[in-house]
Amino acid sequence: MTSTSTSTGTGTGTSTGTSTGTGTSTGTGTGSSTAVPAVGDPAVADRRQEVTLSRVVRAEWTKLRSLRTPAWLFALTGLGIVLLGTMMAIGTVVAGVSAEEEEVDALGGALTGISPVELLVGALGALAVTTEYSSGTIRSTLSAVPRRLPVLVAKSVVVALAVLTVALVSVLVAFTATRGMLAGQGVSLPFTAPGVPRALVGAALYLTVVALLGAGFGWLLRSAVGALAALVGVLYVLPVLGIVLPEGAAAVVVPLMPGNAGAAVMQLGPAGLLAPWAGIAVFAGYAVLLLAVAALVLRRRDA
Amino acid sequence: MIEAVDLSKQYGRHTAVDHVTFTVRPGLVTGFLGPNGAGKSTTLRMVVGLDHPSTGQVLVGGRRYADSPAPLHEVGVLLEAGAVHPGRSAREHLLALAQTHGISRRRVDQVLDLVGLGEVAGRRTGGYSLGMHQRLGIAGALLGDPAVVVLDEPVNGLDPDGIRWIRGLLRSLAAEGRTVFVSSHLMSEMALTADHLLVLGRGRVLADVSMAQMTASAAPVVNLRTPQAEELRRVLTGPGVTVTDRDGGLAVAGLDGAQIARRALDSRVLVSELTPQTTSLEDAYLALTRDDVEYSTTTTTTVPRRAAA
Repeated sequence: MTSTSTSTGTGTGTSTGTSTGTGTSTGTGTGSSTAVPAVGDPAVADRRQEVTLSRVVRAEWTKLRSLRTPAWLFALTGLGIVLLGTMMAIGTVVAGVSAEEEEVDALGGALTGISPVELLVGALGALAVTTEYSSGTIRSTLSAVPRRLPVLVAKSVVVALAVLTVALVSVLVAFTATRGMLAGQGVSLPFTAPGVPRALVGAALYLTVVALLGAGFGWLLRSAVGALAALVGVLYVLPVLGIVLPEGAAAVVVPLMPGNAGAAVMQLGPAGLLAPWAGIAVFAGYAVLLLAVAALVLRRRDA
Repeated sequence: MIEAVDLSKQYGRHTAVDHVTFTVRPGLVTGFLGPNGAGKSTTLRMVVGLDHPSTGQVLVGGRRYADSPAPLHEVGVLLEAGAVHPGRSAREHLLALAQTHGISRRRVDQVLDLVGLGEVAGRRTGGYSLGMHQRLGIAGALLGDPAVVVLDEPVNGLDPDGIRWIRGLLRSLAAEGRTVFVSSHLMSEMALTADHLLVLGRGRVLADVSMAQMTASAAPVVNLRTPQAEELRRVLTGPGVTVTDRDGGLAVAGLDGAQIARRALDSRVLVSELTPQTTSLEDAYLALTRDDVEYSTTTTTTVPRRAAA
């Protein structure tokens, strides 16, 4: 009986399977069965390519873009930032308020959408991780990359870049639209005004860090619900604790709380928070710390 | 080549795999048998580094799987069919795997065609049947053209045509010199495919034998009763014949009932009962694992009998 050719992967290019074995024998070990073409591929065997971080990043991007939920979350995030961000300007125009009558915070208005969409990007970061566990894909992912750490890094890179891009574009659209509408009301706030570029980029960075926090909790808790609950705890419940602290301690601790530290970068004036860049750095530091713990746990724990 | 040395896995107080040592050789289909809960899947998960061993280690091609710079070229693995995101297409699922190693899209389509999923590759896997999931899992295992192929229960859910296809595939993989390690809880399936058998029960190796040895152990046995046991034993014992005590009588392997009756008559030994007992590989396997079934449905005798390992 003719079975498939032998291609042990030395790349001699002779693995075109001569699968003429279409016999109907069911005998033990005669090796005949329905036609099985050669499994090997000299092209693959020749170039035994190794796992690299950039390849894992590409793979993670494929995963992110091939599902519908992340696409919806990105769309909602972008829409939320733009629609909520222009609401104030629209209101001002409709009400016919002029700049002399009322101080109009064009920047604050344009960034109205940031806070409401933060749980969307948090969910996005969490889901990028937890769907692997809920669907079981994590097993094929980690058997392809058994060192595991590159997966965590690559997922973080992909989530961060995607969120940063969507957030930055949306914030710029919201601000440009706000500026355009308010120009007619006599409000002028150029892109180059002190603090404006920083606040716009900072808003996008803030959402990026929130997404990474979501991913970090996703790795640790392996559940989207758990990760979101943890995120809500960090962003919304933790600040409440500031109220019960003695005044002296509160003055130190409250600005260092994740949400407050992150928000500092979006403020034009002082608001009892950390300095803008210091704030976002502290916020990012929390995310890095969380991901580092997640990486340790990921390496140790059974998949 | 897969080499496990003193491999154990403890989950809390439960020992899933208990100091197991074995070698799976290239060029053969090695069947990995055992009742449900015997520790087969746990062992396979440790082979590819998904679970960390509690003791010992397992090496693939001479090193730990996780230390391989190109794992997909080393070991192709199907651990659990259906462990695919239902919203993703088969092609994109495999593409993401392939990209971690820089494997081309062309190869992705090649393995999809190989397992017969070429036409549905663009569809989301949520609508796939169990058999299609198995085929996708096998495609993933073959993606890197690996030297070692590890498949956990690959025939589950396949239709007769698919089962025959996978038999042929496993045989040809072994013929190409690859190490093929396939688990199943069905002896009947392995009987048609495997060259070598590794039988696990309650986390321990019960048998590590060639199929020929296993077949020999499954040879028909004739149960005898006689008042002249010693004499009959002497008359029957010879090359290729084994006589053992069983339940107050004798069990003879290597002779059929007619031959035994003839020899007994020639030596004027009274035989009061002669019962040919047909055993199959299935019976041999069940005898081997009888005491090691984790979740038994029948209440067995209160004194457990040790099965020969």
